[in-house]
This record gives sequence, structure tokens and C-alpha cells, in this order.
Amino acid sequence: MSRQFRIGGGLVDPGRIVSFSFDGKSMQGLHGDTLASALLANGRRLVARSFKYHRPRGILSDGSDEPNALVELRSGAHREPNTRATVVELFDGLEAYSQNFRLSLNNDLNAVNDLLSPFLSAGFYYKTFMWPQKFWERVYEPLIRSTAGLGSLSALPDPDCYDKGFLHCDLLVVGGGPAGLVVALVAGRAGARVILADEDYRLGGRLNCESNSIGDQSGAAWAHQAALELALMDNVRLMPRTTVYGCYDHGIFGAVERKTDHLASSKRLPRQVLWRIYSRRSVICAGATERSMAFANNDRPGIMLASAVRTYCNRYGVACGQNVAVFTCNNSGWRTAADLERRGIRVAAVIDTRAETDAAPNVDARIIRQGRIVNTYGRKALSSIRLEDGERLPVDCLAVSGGWNPNLQLTCHHRSKPQWNAELATFVPGDSLPAGMAVAGAAAGVFHLGEILKDAAVVASTVLDELDLGEVDLQLEEAADTPYRIEPLWHIKSRRRAWVDFQNDVTTKDIEQSHAEGMQAVEHLKRYTTLGMATDQGKAGNIPAIAIMADLSGKSIPDTGTTVYRPPYTPVAIGAFAGRSRGPAFRPVRKTPSHRWAKEHGAVFVEVGAWLRAQWYARPGESHWRQSVDREVKATRNSVGVCDVTTLGKIDIQGAGSTTLLNHVYTNGFSKLAVGKVRYGLMLREDGIAYDDGTTARLGENHYVMTTTTANAGLVFRQMEFVRQCLYPDLDVHIISTTDGWAQFSVAGPNSRRLLQKVVDPETDISNRRFPFMGCAEITICGGFPARLFRISFSGELAYEIAVPARYGNSMMETLIKAGEEFEAVPYGTEALGVMRVEKGHFAGNEMTGQTTALNLGASRMLSTKKDFQGSVLARRSHLVDDNALGLVGLRSRDKKDVLRAGAHLLRQGVEPTLENSEGWISSCVYSPTFGCYLGLGFINRGHDRFGETAVAVNPIHKSEVSVTICSPHFYDPDGGRQRG
Amino acid sequence: MRYSALRILSQGLSGNRGWERIWRDPEPKTSYDVIVIGAGHGMAAGYYLAANHDVRNVAVLEKGWLGSGNTGRNTTIIRSNYLLPENQPFYELSLQLWEQFEQKLNFNAMVSQRGIINLFHSDAQRDASVRRGNAMLLSGADAVLLDEGRLRKMCPYLDFDNARFPIRGGLWQPRGGTVRHDAVSWGYARAASKLGVDLIQNCEVTGLVIEQGRCVGVETTRGRIAAGKVAVCVAGSSSRVMKLAGLKLPIESHVLQAFVTEGLKPCLPGVVTFGAGHFYISQSDKGGLVFGGGLDGYNSYAQRGNLPALEDVCEGAMAIMPMMGRARMLRMWGGVMDMSMDGSPIIDQTPIKNLYFNGGWCYGGFKATPASGYCTAHLVATGTPHEHAADFRLDRFQRGHLIDEKGAGAQPNLH
Amino acid sequence: MIIDHPLLGPRDAAEFVYLGDASLLDRPHWQDPEAMGKFYEYQYLRENPAGELRELWYHEQGDRSWLVVTRDTTTHAILCVELAREVARRQQVSN
Repeated sequence: MSRQFRIGGGLVDPGRIVSFSFDGKSMQGLHGDTLASALLANGRRLVARSFKYHRPRGILSDGSDEPNALVELRSGAHREPNTRATVVELFDGLEAYSQNFRLSLNNDLNAVNDLLSPFLSAGFYYKTFMWPQKFWERVYEPLIRSTAGLGSLSALPDPDCYDKGFLHCDLLVVGGGPAGLVVALVAGRAGARVILADEDYRLGGRLNCESNSIGDQSGAAWAHQAALELALMDNVRLMPRTTVYGCYDHGIFGAVERKTDHLASSKRLPRQVLWRIYSRRSVICAGATERSMAFANNDRPGIMLASAVRTYCNRYGVACGQNVAVFTCNNSGWRTAADLERRGIRVAAVIDTRAETDAAPNVDARIIRQGRIVNTYGRKALSSIRLEDGERLPVDCLAVSGGWNPNLQLTCHHRSKPQWNAELATFVPGDSLPAGMAVAGAAAGVFHLGEILKDAAVVASTVLDELDLGEVDLQLEEAADTPYRIEPLWHIKSRRRAWVDFQNDVTTKDIEQSHAEGMQAVEHLKRYTTLGMATDQGKAGNIPAIAIMADLSGKSIPDTGTTVYRPPYTPVAIGAFAGRSRGPAFRPVRKTPSHRWAKEHGAVFVEVGAWLRAQWYARPGESHWRQSVDREVKATRNSVGVCDVTTLGKIDIQGAGSTTLLNHVYTNGFSKLAVGKVRYGLMLREDGIAYDDGTTARLGENHYVMTTTTANAGLVFRQMEFVRQCLYPDLDVHIISTTDGWAQFSVAGPNSRRLLQKVVDPETDISNRRFPFMGCAEITICGGFPARLFRISFSGELAYEIAVPARYGNSMMETLIKAGEEFEAVPYGTEALGVMRVEKGHFAGNEMTGQTTALNLGASRMLSTKKDFQGSVLARRSHLVDDNALGLVGLRSRDKKDVLRAGAHLLRQGVEPTLENSEGWISSCVYSPTFGCYLGLGFINRGHDRFGETAVAVNPIHKSEVSVTICSPHFYDPDGGRQRG
Repeated sequence: MRYSALRILSQGLSGNRGWERIWRDPEPKTSYDVIVIGAGHGMAAGYYLAANHDVRNVAVLEKGWLGSGNTGRNTTIIRSNYLLPENQPFYELSLQLWEQFEQKLNFNAMVSQRGIINLFHSDAQRDASVRRGNAMLLSGADAVLLDEGRLRKMCPYLDFDNARFPIRGGLWQPRGGTVRHDAVSWGYARAASKLGVDLIQNCEVTGLVIEQGRCVGVETTRGRIAAGKVAVCVAGSSSRVMKLAGLKLPIESHVLQAFVTEGLKPCLPGVVTFGAGHFYISQSDKGGLVFGGGLDGYNSYAQRGNLPALEDVCEGAMAIMPMMGRARMLRMWGGVMDMSMDGSPIIDQTPIKNLYFNGGWCYGGFKATPASGYCTAHLVATGTPHEHAADFRLDRFQRGHLIDEKGAGAQPNLH
Repeated sequence: MIIDHPLLGPRDAAEFVYLGDASLLDRPHWQDPEAMGKFYEYQYLRENPAGELRELWYHEQGDRSWLVVTRDTTTHAILCVELAREVARRQQVSN
């Protein structure tokens, strides 16, 4: 800190010195400083480089609208690029680094762009870099990309965590300046549930930055007292460091609260919290932002917004220069001069563009009316300015005020258009605000402090009325302020460049050129020149640009238009939007009931939707997954295996209308299914495409249990609710998902019955005669425990599925394997399951892709013609029943050694390998230990008529081609003798 | 005026005062041979009508400013990595037209073939990627199957070791990439304008003039304009405009949000899409990470979305690229997608004579711009569909000839 | 968005799954002589207005009610929420 610049006073704590570094250089600031105020206190001018021309840049503003002073904050994985120095609270040990230069901030080789600027005008890149064609990716684009961006990501995973939350309130007040505080006080006293959010860490807004008073208190003291009163109200939640970034439907706002950004370390607390705020009413009190004016070389370090110069002086006790000139077209600049003079800082001149400056504050400085600045000097720090008459004024800081723009962004997030206010020379909120929203104070275009307080009180009482809450009489004190008068001056014409968008280096010349080239819509201007697309989102530059455009086209400003304001109000870290949903917690994990047992027995798990399922169980000595899978298949086919199939959807259907419901959703009839029997069912979508399949067991006259595929469990249930509620609203039927309620195991293999006989209680006879294929029963096992037994088979073996309440799942697995020891029973995973289903020729997800029909799948006989069912009509559309339709077939390589792969396309022998000639594809493929070769399922045109034909499976992506024989998909036990045995 | 480095040099030396309008700004004539409604795909159609078929008495009507629809409101990705034989050759044609764009139109839209990688996370997804990759190769496009090892080298910033859905590999199309979207409409407008095509901005169509079953012109906010033929290419507004002709479409309008971060130094070479969540991303030449995900899911013409979809996309981002946590979202926007009932587009004649329809692009319309314009021009000029767009028929839903890449059925918000 | 559920009160739209045009309640009869054409229209030609639309939402993360929500697609304002079952009953009575 230099005494020269730290003039004392303000809201910083001189007793708490804070050390920080900028570009490796150690510096000191005070508690309460921002990085920007601390840099200024250390006399630092040059802090950044602009995007395109790499112009030296200093600090322009004092808030979240800062376009220039962007830094990389912190280091390593904590690095935050493009951080605005003006909103970073200083903390001990803070590290900041300048960005966007080649070599160093002081000596930036890319600054050569500034010299080349005549050739880098608006849209130059659309007009060149086209020859030779190949050079774009190889030469030009890498060159352009090497200069892209400002700061850089660390490329390391973000080490911080983020949280999300929901808040509800009667009234959300956005902004804690004078208007926001009054609205919150009125509503809070009336008992409304109020949330007051402000992006600053200190409530008060401009009251903390100005020298005017409310009653007999300073503005800052009044704000402090108001905040204290609000903090004591149980019905008010104060949220400093919280930016309301977006307005969504039905009173929902998005806000991000910075929890630990102002600390040296987050200490594992969430860095930020994303809040969804549900409000009945909202009042936007977001204040206003000052804008600059476009004059030659108006971008040098040391040229700042007048309000910012005032803020640094009043709030932080920092002088932005020793010899300051003010350049203004309204009364605001004069306040800066008056405040600086009061603090003993020399004001070289107040240059006002207007002839009449009545009602401006008194200043001692030289006053130049109808003044124009025609150029500025000093490459890395402002040294002087030149006036129209040629006079050159040596100054080290120029405080510019081009007028104020209400921060009305949130009012426009539902695409309502702001209105032009000629008196204020700016846009104010339009008539059609989002439902429930009001605007108060400077955000509504009320710029006089006394008026702001009154306006806020009026808005607050209207809102309370709407909320049916009582009146509160707030005794408002008088507040002195300078009346706001403005005669806008947008642009001082010059042959030199005058910046409108500082960060993206858009100058008035670019706007002129853009206009000449026909880019006359405001959106064209923006997109052609990149104006307003920088990190400040055009907060400072958009309105001057529209005004200059209007001037060029001869249209009025409102006829020229506005740009659309979209969320977020200020940029928000992606991490905050994601919250805890990252890494393994990205999505919930569903574990099967036997997960623990499986883990203890070497299971390798695989993600199946949200589920983790055992893929195979590796035994000691097995080094390749195929060894495990082949063993599991063989053991199951030769003796018995057990597989957890809990993930299949289970839907319990009860009521007199159950059969009607089933008959609607399944293509095949269920009316004649006897109690104690299971039937396989096929489901179509209403568009006639195959959708899902599974078995449904009739446990009682009016009680069924349906199974669905794992993937479609939720979707089928939803569809059945649709049928029940929307198509059969009077049907007496209820359904409930019991997928998680029952653990279910497939027990498959020739010894499955013998194994189960050891588990099932003796009252139940499960002999083939009493419990044949497709039988089902509610039984007891292990001495009285409830269970359901279904004799169904996916593997083609004699098999059962046994279901027990989910809490017994793990011990059921244990019990089954233990009971099966004498048969060398094995657990098997999804791989072995898949191998056996391909051997047996069952279609599954790879075949039922949502694109295939019952005909394609070889299941057209399952479409009943005697009843309605979903998809019954549209399944008969001409193209879907075409003779040339795809048919499901089995595929074997002609040479047993050849490897088949799913995804290969099937072509006739001898034809060109083109997509036109492709007749089908291999959908599933496994190595079959039973047959000792690869087996595939696939689709090919007229497949069912082509058994025995040879085709070529071409797989250009693997550069392979295999000759295959088309055959029946039912490789294993095609007559089904084993499963019925 | 021909654009070149030399032109930039000479203009730069003379103060950039000699640049001409990029496209003419004519008043609408009372009659045209062809009126194209919509200056997105329609601008391309206008260009190809003039360039390929010598039909030059053409007006392209745009209700707002050029590019104000979905052309200027997307994530700029180009690719031809489709599965189905009805789609793949069409998108490959489009990619080939992109590759010629700059030389043909003398406008640099920054067609940047830095590649697109679709990640897969399961065996079933790998099988589907293989089938798709093979379809691409068989159609003459390019495709490479990446295993995890190779992917790690190419994209070290992806979360390989800590992900909920481990990355098993990816399907890579090196010729895929991005294009500067606004420049596409400007480039077509400039080239078409030179050939005599009138681009009429701020001209909203309020009625279609139909006499005895033939479309003979349009009513607009700038008066009635007669036309020999009318082609409707209005993307998200398809249902609204076709309703003017009394036609109902197999289309719903949905909102899709997209997002861009602050400018960052290059960290992402091509396009990456996440197969286990809703997320895809690329980095623009200006440095912004441009990304998106799924639809909000409800019908909307509001051109804005809500928080759940935004959060879902960012969760996908953090799940796959955890370095993004400290990048800041700069801007989000929403476009109106005309979601067709099978996820594929329609380029066809309508039951009304001389009225043509182009729409149903879902959220894949940008990459199709050249081929869509090309095939629409072909249809309008010759009366017969282009061979690569021959299946994009309006009656395919009646026939059951669905082109459903995702297998999601007649549920537009799932495509 | 917030949907004012007739049984449960205001609920976040994120709890719901969207289906679309409520004309999906009016499923044609399978034996209608024009069944093919009617089912084509039923399934594919849905209302898609820029303005008020009656649409089906399913409270999947809630009580599993299907609702008919009348919503303006240009502003997202919700004008009416009914239980789909009630609407379906009314329609079936009037048919």
C-alpha cells in the first residue's frame, strides 16, 4: 500500500492488513478491500490486456460490470480464470495473475495486433483465410485459436464442492441498496417472509459508495442500521454475496451464494450454493450501472467510470490518481469531483459536454463546459488528455460518466422489452414484467436518493397489498441528493479508435463498418462485431452502441432496438449448477439385494441403467473374464446356476379389471390364463413398434404380477397408469411397482429342481407334474418364510425364478448357493445370462431397439386379432408388414475360428460394401462355450426365409469381413425339451 | 465485391471505408417465381435454387433479421454420424457441402473439422456405435472406433477414473466439427443476393394464398406477394405457418437450451458428446465452451427454458469433464425446435399444389443446412425429391416408414 | 414451472413427466372402419399451438396422477390443472 494512494477512511479496516500477491509480487491491502481497490491502493494501473488488440488495460469500474480487470485467481486446481478483480474480496494469501498475453503483462508480444488493427476490423476473418482450403484446420485456425480466450482453465478436476438448495418466500428482494432495504424493511415489518439477496458482501449498494446522507446519518450508516434491523427479523433472510442470476417461470429465481470465495481455503465447505428461490412476489432493486462515452483512446489504464473513482475514494479510502479530470455529460461526474476535492485529491478539471450544468454540485476545480476530449495519451498509464481546442491537460486519472443504465436484466429474462426513456437517456423496464415482479429504485429509473426511498416504499406497500398483508407505515427520512440531469453524448467523432466494448475491442469504427455492410439489426451488430458478447455481457457498451447505430441509420434509439437480456446476470460457475451430482454421485446407484454377497464372492459389477449388477464372478486363478463366463455357462447348463434378476421390473396388478388392463397392454390375450400359471407377453407402443416383453403370473382371480425388462420398468409402469387413468378411467384396477420390494433369483440348470427342493418347505410339491413349466405359486421356504415361485426359463434350461421380500435377498442368495454345494451350484452374472439367452435365441434390448416390430422379431403370431391392444392398428401399416421386412435370425461364422462382432452389417456375398447394399446387421454376439464358437443374433431382410444362406458380415470399422451362415435364432434346444423337463 | 486477404489489406490501408453491403436490401416485388419462407434453411434453398437450377426470381422472406431463428441459436456442430440408411447419405451430402462452403461462397464461415467423439459407456452402446460407424463407412463417410486407451491420450481431461458411468471408448468422426453459425446465413445471403435472390427481412408471413388447391402467393406484414411456388422452411414455427394452409403436422415445438462459458484459452480440440447423460460440448474459436444437452421436455414457443434442464446439462458436464467446475457460464438461450414424431426431418410436397414443406429438424437442423437447402431447391425446381432426401416424406407416418434413429417412437420430447 | 396439482397443491414441474397434447385421451376404436386413418391422426397429428394447449403431465415423482394441464406455450402461464381421470370420465360420458 502506498500512502500516496491510500488516503484513509471508508469502510475498510485499517487495523487489519491483508497480504496478497499480483503476478507474484507481494502487496498489502486492508480487510474490506476488493482486489481492485487493493491494487489501486498499491498504485497498480496496468492489470490486464484486452481480447483482440491486447491493449494495456486498467480497472474501469467498481463492480460486477467490470470488462477490463479480469485475472486468474488462485493457483493449481483452484485457478479461476476471468475473475473480475472488482468483486473479489481480498483475503490473506490471495494470489492473482494477469492473463491473455504472450511473454508478460508488461511486454505482450500479441500487442502487435494493435498496430495491425486496420486489417483486423469487424468481421475480417469472414473474408479471408480461405485459400488454400486445407490451410484452415492446419494453419489459420490454430493461429486464431492460439489467441482465443482470456484466462485458462487448470485442466484439473475442480477440487471444491458445491451445494444446491431450495428457498421459499413471499417476497424476494433483489439488491440490497437503498430501494431494496426499504422494500425489505416494509415487508419484513408487515410479517412477510422476505429474502433479500445482494451480490455484494456488504448490504447498502451505492449508499456505501456515496457521500450523501439519509436524515442525519451517512448513507452507509443508515444501510448498516437497516441491515441490523432486518437481521433481527425471523421472517427475513439476508443473503449477501448472493447473485440472483436468472428469472424463471412462475416466480422461480436462480441465485448463487458464494460461501467461501472470500476465504483463503474452503476447508471442505461448499464453495458456492445454488439456490432455487420460489417467490410469490419479487421486487427488483438491482440499481443502475454507469456507462462510459466513446472518445478517442478512451480505454487507457487510468480512464475509469466516475462512479468507480468515487467508490474507491469513499468506500475504500483509495485515490485512483493524484491529479484527476472528470469528463461527464450529466451531474453524476460532478459528484465525483466534489467527493475527491473533499478528500483533498486534486481535480484538474470538470469537463462537461453540456452548456448548462445547473443543479450540479459545487466544485472548486476548473470547469470546462461544452468540453470534448479528442485524444488521450500514455500507453500503460494515462498521462494526459487533449481537449478540442488543442489544450493538453496532464492527468493520471480520468473519471468518465456517460450516464446511468438501470440494471433491468432480470425484468427481461421472459423476453419483455425495455422502454426508452428520453429524459434519462436510457432504457427502463417495460410494461410486461414477469408475473409477480415489480421494480423499484434506480433499476426502475429513479436516480435521486430521496425519490428512491419513496418509490421503494410505494412499491413495497403495493406488493404487501397483493400478498394480503397489512400496511406498515415507514417513517422515511429526507435524503439529499443531486438531481440527475443528462444530455447524452454517445460518441466524439475522431479518426482514432474509440472503444464501445472494452473487453472485445469493439470500437466506433467497427460499428460504422458494420452499418455500411448492412449489419444494421442490433443483433447483427452484436454478432458481426462481437459487441456485448464479452464477460460483462455488454453492461457498459450495449446502449452507447445502439445509440451510435441509431445515429448512423437516422432512426430513433427505440426504433433501432435493444438486445435481448438472457440469464445469467453475471457469469456463474458450472460447478454450482451441478452441485453434488458429479463423479460417482452423478446419478444414484441402485444395488441388487444380493450385492453384498456378490461383492464378497468376486463379482465384477457393471452399470445397467442405474443398477449395478454382477457381470461375472471371478474365481481365484481366472485371469480373463471369458474364463469366468465360460465356466458359469457350463456349470449352469450341466448342473445349476443362480442369478440375481431383481432388476427386472415388477408390477403388482390387482382388482376386477386386471385382466382388461393386461389385455390392453399386451398383444396376446390374458383372459384364459389360469390362476397359478405364467404367460409370456409382448407389448407394443401405440405406434405398433415392439416395446417390451416379460412374463405375467396370475396369482389369484384378480391378482397378477407382471415383469418387465430392466430398462423399461419405469416406462411400462407409467404407460399402464396412462391406460388405467386416461383410457379406462372407470376400471377397477390398481397397480403398484414392487421392483424394489421383492428380491428375485433365477435358479437354472438340470439340477435346479433338486436344489430348490432343499429350500422350499415340504408342503409345496414342485415336481414336474404338480409344478410344470410356466407354473407359479405363493409358497413358503426355509421353514415359513414367504416366497413366490415361478417356473420360467430365460436360459433354456429347467429353471425357476424365486422371489422373496427384498430384505431376505442377500441371505436367499447365500442359502441357494449353500444348498447347491452338492451340485456345485454357481452364481452367474449378466454375461453368462447373455450368452445363454443368445444360445437359446431370445431377443433382448439389442434386438428390441424401439425400431423393430413383432414381425421383425419373429413374434407376429403373438399379435391377437381378436382384441384391441395398444399398437394393434398402427402395427398393420403397409411398410411395417412389408414382405421384405427384416427378420431376426441366428448367425454362425462359416469358419468356427472366425470372430463375429455385433454391429457388423450383413451383405450378400459378392456385392459392393455400400450402405445401399446393407441388408441387416448383427445385433448381439457371444462366444458360446456350449457350441465352441461365436454365435450371433441379427436382422436381415426376409430373414425367416433365408435360413441356410451364406452372407458376409462386414465390419469396416474393425477392418474385418466374415462369412456367415444364416440360421434359426434358436441354437440351443430348439424344441424346448430341457425347460419343460 | 470479392473477399480476399488482398481486399482486407487495401481496405485497411484506406480506412475500411469501401466495404459494400454484404447482401442487398431490396423492397419486395409484387411477384416471384418462388417464395421461400424462412431465411435459415430457406436462405440456403434460395441460394441453391439460383446456383444449381438457375431459378433466380426468388424471394426469401424472414420475419425478423437474417439468422434470428435457429440458425443463429444453436451449438454449431456439423457431423454425418447417423445410423439409418435414410439419414446417413443425406447428412454426408451436407458435410461434403460444408467442406466446399467457403470456396463456393467466398465467405469464411470457419468450417472447422476438428472432429466429433461420441463416448460410449456400455457393451450395448459400443455395439450400437460399431453398427453406426460401419454405416458411416459404408456410406463413404469417415469413422474411427476409439478404445479407452486411445481416448485417454486424445482427451485427458475426461473423467476416466472416477466416473459413475465409466468411459469405455468412443466413436470418432474426424471430419465432424463446428461452423460459425451466423456466418452461414450471411454467406448464403451474400451469395444468393449476388445471383439475384431477394432477401426480405422483417417480413412475416401472415397468410398463404390458396386458390383451388394451389398456393399462389403469401400475405405478409409487407403486403401480398404472388408466387409460382412457395416453400416453407420455418423450423420452430412449422406448425404455425402450415396452419395458415389448414395443414396439421406430425410435429411439436419444444424448447432446447444451449449454453456458453466465458472465453477460455483453448482446452478442447473437437466436439465431445456424453453417452450416459445429456451433454455435448465444443470450444469456439473465440474460446467459449459451447454446450448443451436435452430438451426441457414440454411444448414451448417461449424461446427460453427452465432450471431443471440447465442443471441436468451441467451435471453431465461435471460428470464427464470435472475441470469445468471453475469455468463460468456466460450466457444461456433457448430455441424452438420443431420436433417431428420420429426425430427425422420432412422435405416434401404438401397436399396443396405448389406448396412445399421443409421442417421437423428436431435439434439437428444446423448441420443439415446445406443439404436441406440443396434438396429443397431440387424438389422445388424439379418437382421430384432429391435421391438423398427421398425418404423424408410427409406421408411416411401413415405408411409406417419411420426414420427413428433413437427408437423413441411418436414421442417428440424423447428424440 | 410450478403445477398446482388438484390433490397435492403446488408442485415443481421437475416432479412430472411430460407427454403432450391431451387429445391422447381420445383413443379411437380399433374396429372403426376408418381406424387406420383415425389412429394415424391420434398418434401423429397432435395440437401444437402457440398459445393455450391442453396437455398431459404425469406426476412420476409424486402420486402418479396423470393431469391435464392447460398452459400457454408462449408464456408458460398455467391456466387450469385437472385430473386426467376426471377429464377422461367426462369425455367418455359425453361421447
